[in-house]
Parts: sequence; structure tokens; C-alpha cells
Amino acid sequence: MRAATPKNGRRVGDKVFLGLLTVTGLSVVAIALLMAWTLGRDAAEPISRFGFFGFLTGTRWDPVSGQFGAWPFVLGTLITSVAALALSFLPALGLAILSAEYAPRWLATIIDYIVDLLAAIPSVVLGIWGILVLAPFLRDRVYQPVFEWVLERAPDQAAWLGNPTGYGLITATLVLALMIVPYTTALARDAIRLVPVEQREAAWGLGATRWEVLRLAVLPYARGGITAGAVLSFGRALGETMAVAMLIGNSARLPLTLFGPAATMPSVIVNEFREAVESLHLAALMGIGFYLFLISLVVNLLAAWLQRRLAPGNVGL
Amino acid sequence: MFKQHVIKLALAAAVATAAFASAQAEADITGAGASFPAPLIATWADVYRDVTEGAVVVNYQSIGSGGGIRQFIDQTVHFGATEAFLNQEQLDQARAGTGGEAYNLPITLADVVITYNVPGLETGVVFDGEVLAGIFLGDLVRWNDERLAALNPGVQLPDMLINVVHRADGSGTTNIFTSYLSSVSSDWAERVGAGTAVEWPTGVGASGNEGVAGLIGNTPGTIGYNSLVYATLNDIAYGYVVNAAGNVIQPSLASTSAAGDVELPQDTRTLIVNSQHPEGYPISGFTWALLYENADANKAFTSRAQAEETVRFLAWVMTEGQEFSEVLDFARLPQAAVDLNLARLAQVKWQGENIGQAIVDGFTTR
Repeated sequence: MRAATPKNGRRVGDKVFLGLLTVTGLSVVAIALLMAWTLGRDAAEPISRFGFFGFLTGTRWDPVSGQFGAWPFVLGTLITSVAALALSFLPALGLAILSAEYAPRWLATIIDYIVDLLAAIPSVVLGIWGILVLAPFLRDRVYQPVFEWVLERAPDQAAWLGNPTGYGLITATLVLALMIVPYTTALARDAIRLVPVEQREAAWGLGATRWEVLRLAVLPYARGGITAGAVLSFGRALGETMAVAMLIGNSARLPLTLFGPAATMPSVIVNEFREAVESLHLAALMGIGFYLFLISLVVNLLAAWLQRRLAPGNVGL
Repeated sequence: MFKQHVIKLALAAAVATAAFASAQAEADITGAGASFPAPLIATWADVYRDVTEGAVVVNYQSIGSGGGIRQFIDQTVHFGATEAFLNQEQLDQARAGTGGEAYNLPITLADVVITYNVPGLETGVVFDGEVLAGIFLGDLVRWNDERLAALNPGVQLPDMLINVVHRADGSGTTNIFTSYLSSVSSDWAERVGAGTAVEWPTGVGASGNEGVAGLIGNTPGTIGYNSLVYATLNDIAYGYVVNAAGNVIQPSLASTSAAGDVELPQDTRTLIVNSQHPEGYPISGFTWALLYENADANKAFTSRAQAEETVRFLAWVMTEGQEFSEVLDFARLPQAAVDLNLARLAQVKWQGENIGQAIVDGFTTR
């Protein structure tokens, strides 16, 4: 680009601007690298003591005896995030298609507005709503009746259901799904709207119905953006802290029951960081942060790769 | 807020009579640590600024016991506050850093009450150590269990699942509670142990005293543990506990203070759970302030006057400051702890020279 700039156009202002861009841009990169380095350095103790994979896959988290393993939290994070994405993806896509393709302009505006509003609700507010409304509702209407039904018919099966307090994996997953709907929707909507008019007109011209236009011309063209949006929402679900910590029940044991409590990587950090007295405990929390950083990095790279792979130019792959 | 106001008014009269004999040096004092005593320390700081006519300003950062200990050992604060006393490793670190002792000085006591939400059950269900350990281990799973019924003759216990609620965040409250369970149940001591965060065998975790109180408040069948003040503020039913002497004790500020009124080791690094005092509430524990013997070695101090004012503030906290504890729903220090504290403060040195004795004398002879 710079080579193409005419010589007389290269003024001091350009150079200053370029310098400013370089410094601000690179400082973000430097901060990200520094964060990873700091996390890795502060997490050195548990990682060297239990091994990189030993710490990752250790199933006990016992600050009293100094046994630390991240697996219950890794599992809790992956289960809630994957389930939240699975739950929210189709409704979100449907909402995006409705807004971008079917709804009249006035309705689309209202839908967009409400979806954006949903994205703007602070997660701690959703957490409070979960505690005051959703958790008691699910407990009284779903968990408790199911639990009692099972207890009556097959008492030996009650163990894997877990005590129905209302706080646990399912409740947290539902709120998490609600939280990421707006992200998936917004990105999918934009991807669909960016599909060129010619693409649609060509499909219409071939005699396609409205559904066929959508299926054959629009969605394949937009799938890169849709998928990348879903993966980014997944990344957000991974890191979501407050609402999950308020609703998941916070148990450091492996999440082996359906209604029972669990914990995620961000939730254990936010819960235990303040009063971690032993240095190994603190370092283990840093280690969880380090792994979360790595997982988020992988998710983001995956999103970039998917977007490139599924870009319109590669439609035929 | 209202209480602070009342205290200030009450103090206006006191200030006139008990004015400090010597002229106060100007000083900013910084402390950091446990969140549990933060309201009490904030009030002390407020009142003390008035007592010293604005000369001494105390800032307290409520960052948690772990942070308080770390900042104290890193020498970035003048005093620390913690709900877990310094362990041997930390004492050694402190000795290496300053060439002297690090004092653990009790400033107040925390009480942990058993809170529950069971339809039909009021405050006053009686528990003992064995039953509590059974419940929190997940061995005792129904409210009408005969072991609980045996302690509560005449009480209609419902046939309902027990849902355990515990703290999700590391906490001094958890430390006291699990220390108590460890001291009354070898089973608990073996399988779980004691600490600010433990590997809970069962139950749901909620963050903070308010989180546990809230969760219990809106979930029937739950049992958990809280500071007494949260149980009374949130109007949650709480239980009485059988103590080491076999008496059923109602948790109160008085019974908590009584628990600490036992023979204490010289360094006060002791858990008073399961206190032998016949009137003592068994699930209580001290909260400590941390101070270096060799004040000049603490890099946070910039002058001798600042160190002297810190000692004077803490000596005031141990004596006259205790008057404000019960108004704020904190238990008063028992005399045994006050005496040990003052003996410790009297040994504080600046560059080898004793500065503590004169200050402490000013409080004991008044």
C-alpha cells in the first residue's frame, strides 16, 4: 500500500499516523503476550509439580492437602459452553433469518433492537434473575418432580440425578445459552445481509422458491460468517463468569450428576482468588487462568480458520 | 450507617474527657486484609480520626485474608488483618524479612451459626458436632434422621432431603467452620480437613455470606453456615449447638466472647473452636491484626512517628475501641486476649529501641 502512495502525498502527518498506528497496534499484541507469559510464569509451581497434563487432567481440587487438578473445571466449562451453543445456535440462526429475510422492515428493526438489548444486559443482572426466578422455577416445576418421580420408580437411579436444589449445570447452561443468543444472531444476521443481491436474483431467476433461495443461495454464501459467529459466541461462553458462578452451584467435584452442582474455570477463579492463602493454591488458580487462555486462543484460531475455509470463494468445497 | 452515626454522637462526649494526653503526630496508617472485620475497622478508623482530632487517618482495604497476609509479608501495609493466623512458613518469611517476630493480635471474634430453611422449623433446632459432620459429609441426608431427632425431642422434623449449602469462595468463615468439624469428628478431619477452602463432599456453593444467606432463604430444605449477623439481618432461622461441656448454646455475641475466654497460647495462634468454656459457643474464632516486632524493618513505614501512631491505634483498638464492637454486632475481645495483645504491642521496636511500652502504659494506667 505504501509503495503505491504518490510521493507528494507522503507528508509528516502520514508518518505520524503510521507511527501512532504501529505503536498502539503492537502494544495490544505485546499486552496479550505479556499476559500469557505472566499467567504461565505464575502458574509454574503446580504445572511443574503435577505436570502440564497431570494438572490439566487431575480430578481432585483439595486446597487443604495441596492437591490441585483442573479437570472438574475444564469439564464444567466445556459442558456448559458446548451445551449452551447447541441450545442457542438454531434459535439464534432462526432469529437472524427472520430478521434479515422474512420480517418486514419495522419488525426487523424491533427484533434487532431487542436482540441488541439482550446483549447489553450485564451478566450479573442475568445471574440475579437466574437466582430469583429461573432457579426456583426450574426446581419446583422440573427438577423436583422429575427427582421424586425417579425416586418412586427407580430409587437406585436417583444418584446420578443429584439433589435438585435448582443450582447446577442445567440452570447455568440455560442462562449461558440466553446470553450468547444475541452474539450468534447479530453475526449471522450481518453475514446474511451481506449476501449480494445478484446471488439471490440468480436463484430467483432459476425459478427457486423462497426457501430454496435461502437454502441454495443465501446460507451457503453466508456460512463462513455464521460459523465464525457461533465459534465466537462459544468463546464468550467459555469466559463467562458472573452469571455462571451465581447459578452453577460451585462444587469442585467432577460434574457427574444431572441436577447437581459443578464449577467452571472462570467461576473457580472468581470464587477462590481473594482468600487463597497458600501460594500453591494461588498458583493453581493462575494455572487455570493459563489453560483458559490457551483454550480461548484455540477457539479464536478455529473461528478464523473456519471463516477462511467457508468463505464464499470456497463454496464448492 | 445509622449505627456509625450513633457511635459518633456517643463519642463526642467521650472525646472531651478521654482526650489523648500527648500531642498527636500526623500520620496516615494503611492496613489491608480480611473482609469480615472491615465494617468494624472502618468504624474504628472513623472514630479514631475524631479522637485524634483528624491527626491520624487509618485506611483499610478489604481485600481478603490471603491478600492481607501477602501484602503484610511484602511490606506494603503497616498492619494486616486476617481470619487465618500466620502459619510457620509465613512466620519464617516474616523473620527473614525483618529479623523479628510477626505478631498475631486478636482484634475481634467471628461466630459461625448453622442456618437452615425448613418449612415449619424455627430458630433453635439443636445440633451437635457429630450430626453436623454427618450432614456436611453427606451421610445424614434427611431432616427426620433419628440422630437429629434424638437431639430435638418434641420437634416435628419433616421427611425432606437435606440440601447442603457452603461457601464457594475461600473464606475465614469456612476456616472456622471446617476447623470445628475437624475437631469434633475424626471422620471429617480425615476425609476433608480444615481450611479457607476445602473439597466439599456434598452440597452447593454460593459466594459470600450474603450468597449463602440468599440461597438458603429461597431454597427449602437447605442448611448452611453464616456469620450470626447475616442470619439475623436476613431473618433466617439458625440452630443452637451442643458445646464441649455438653451444654446447648444459643449463638450470641456474649457466648462467642466466652468461647475466647480460655487459656490462650502466648502467640495467640490458636483456634478456639469447640471451646472448653462451659458457656462458650463452639463455632467461633479470632480475627487477627498482623504487626511486625521490628517496625523499622517494615518498608511501609517511613518514619518512627508513623510506627508509633500505628501501635497507638492498635492499642486503642484493643482497649477503648472494643466498646464499639457489640454495637456493630461484633463480639468483644475477652480480657485474656486483650492482655496478651498489650504485652505484644509493648515490645514493638524502632531501630532496636522500644517504642511500644510507653504507648501501652498510656492505655493501661488511664
